[in-house]
Amino acid sequence: MRAPDARLAPPLYGPKGWGAIGVAALVLFVGVPVANLALPESSALHLSAYWITLVAKIMCFAIVALAMDLIWGYTGILSLGQGLFFALGGYAMGMYLMRQIGRDGQYKADLPDFMVFLDWKELPWQWWASEHFLWAMLLVLVVPGLVAFVFGYFAFRSRIKGVYFSIITQALTYAAMLLFFRNETGFGGNNGFTDFKRILDIPITTREMRMALFCITGAVLLGTLLLCRYVVMSKAGRVLTAIRDAETRVMFCGYNTLHYKLFVWTLAAVLSGIAGALYVPQVGIINPSEMSPANSIEIAIWVAVGGRGTLVGAIAGAGIVNGAKSFFTQAFPEYWLYFLGLLFILVTLFLPDGVVGLARRLFRRKAA
Amino acid sequence: MTDAIHTGSGAVGTSPGRVADGALDTTHGVVLYLDGITVSFDGFKALNSLSLAVDVGELRCVIGPNGAGKTTMMDVVTGKTRPDAGTAFFGQTIDLTRLSEAEIAAAGVGRKFQKPTVFEQHTVFENLELALAADKRVKRTLFARLSGEQRDRIDEILATVRLTDAAHRVAGLLSHGQKQWLEIGMLLVQDPKLLLLDEPVAGMTDDETERTAELFLSLAGKHSLMVVEHDMAFIGAIARRVTVLHEGAVLAEGTLDHVQNDPRVIEVYLGR
Repeated sequence: MRAPDARLAPPLYGPKGWGAIGVAALVLFVGVPVANLALPESSALHLSAYWITLVAKIMCFAIVALAMDLIWGYTGILSLGQGLFFALGGYAMGMYLMRQIGRDGQYKADLPDFMVFLDWKELPWQWWASEHFLWAMLLVLVVPGLVAFVFGYFAFRSRIKGVYFSIITQALTYAAMLLFFRNETGFGGNNGFTDFKRILDIPITTREMRMALFCITGAVLLGTLLLCRYVVMSKAGRVLTAIRDAETRVMFCGYNTLHYKLFVWTLAAVLSGIAGALYVPQVGIINPSEMSPANSIEIAIWVAVGGRGTLVGAIAGAGIVNGAKSFFTQAFPEYWLYFLGLLFILVTLFLPDGVVGLARRLFRRKAA
Repeated sequence: MTDAIHTGSGAVGTSPGRVADGALDTTHGVVLYLDGITVSFDGFKALNSLSLAVDVGELRCVIGPNGAGKTTMMDVVTGKTRPDAGTAFFGQTIDLTRLSEAEIAAAGVGRKFQKPTVFEQHTVFENLELALAADKRVKRTLFARLSGEQRDRIDEILATVRLTDAAHRVAGLLSHGQKQWLEIGMLLVQDPKLLLLDEPVAGMTDDETERTAELFLSLAGKHSLMVVEHDMAFIGAIARRVTVLHEGAVLAEGTLDHVQNDPRVIEVYLGR
């Protein structure tokens, strides 16, 4: 047997790519902690808590964007319900954080405040074992994964495709939002969960804890990027893009496309759930509005702006759109949605390959 | 022998995507057997009790006017369409009416579409790599690495379909004729027992058509082929046995000369 062909088993990234990832890791795990914790607040290089939280939030969104790129950019399945999986991961984490409040809530009771307010005497069944961190972590992975698996199985088996699939995912997240709005569902109704105090019995609002969560989010983001890169560079990844371009041909090549779609769809849901679980302790709130259809559409816009089927583009898109969002919602709050709509139209018309496609074109022109 | 056949066909039924070696039983010399196949779309009978048998190693040409049911017949064989009645067997043991597209492909039926469909964003080499006979389950392809033998096999097919020089070009950039050849290559690399070819020379130049005819003649014997084509010159170059379909049923069968002189065929083709 000869050695495997290098062209078909290429390294994940070339030297430049690994260099960029190394620099990113250095900035995230050394630069930012030093700028936030070690430098005095008077220093020009000091990073305030506001910036830390903003960047952490954007990194959570970037993880969802990567998941979205896997299913939309590479496999051609436009999910407009990805926010649901993000929120489910967030709620799983939120339950644990609510239990960590202990008796420090408004009512000084064993039960979370909203249950006392509703005059509930004991925890409903959904909250079983919610005081255990590991159980919460398990739920973060399993709940979005299971919901996606069951939904995906029936949708893909019925060969629902294209815009029909997108509409159904919109309906799914909308239905879930209505369900979570109800107090009887047991997750705090329209207020959701907030006022978190501790995580693993450590106060959640300290600078150190904020920095630790920031670094974990950064590590998960880089890990997700490498995982997604591995998937798309593998033969399975080539099958996924082939499904995007000519699904019938893939079936007649002897692949069960249902399994491939289900795999990537479930993987994307789990990644989105992890992002949600990282988001909630840093932002300090989770409520059903995270499941609103508009939120999920926004996720697709991030990927479109950054460039579909590039992975880095997903991260860039999440950064650009959310950076612009936090600027606009402060400076001109009433114009944000107009700007978002305009951005989407401009990108669709002039940048079909997004920002990354534009950068590649410019780079190539310079090189030529 | 029967034991091997039994477990083989079981594997086809239960785990899609796995290559079922030895599942095909052609001890009676017949690779494809259709009997009384009827397919209707909203009352219109696309196939009307169609019966047809293809022998092992045979090169069978199927002709017929538009709407005769040629493509529908291929849809039935490849699992895309389920017949309302009738039986379709691949070899003696594999019931085609009960398997999915992927299972039928894995069992050894390869299909070329009327319109060439290749993976346009992948290179020619990657197209063949994806089609290559191998374990096609997700957990295997996630970690798959091409072996030397598989590479040699792809190189061999590249040479057969004359695309060696274009191996690392994106398939979307190929000419129409080259795409047709790539698609044929993608079928060959799957090691199919039966090849279904729907208008394989449509849009090809005369030179390409001639080379395709040579290729098919060299394949017959190793594989069984069923070719649907309108190009009578091409049929003339390759045909040994021709089946004429009309209104969803077999109208005539025999050598090209025989069917061309059949008065019913003349009537169908030339009108009354």
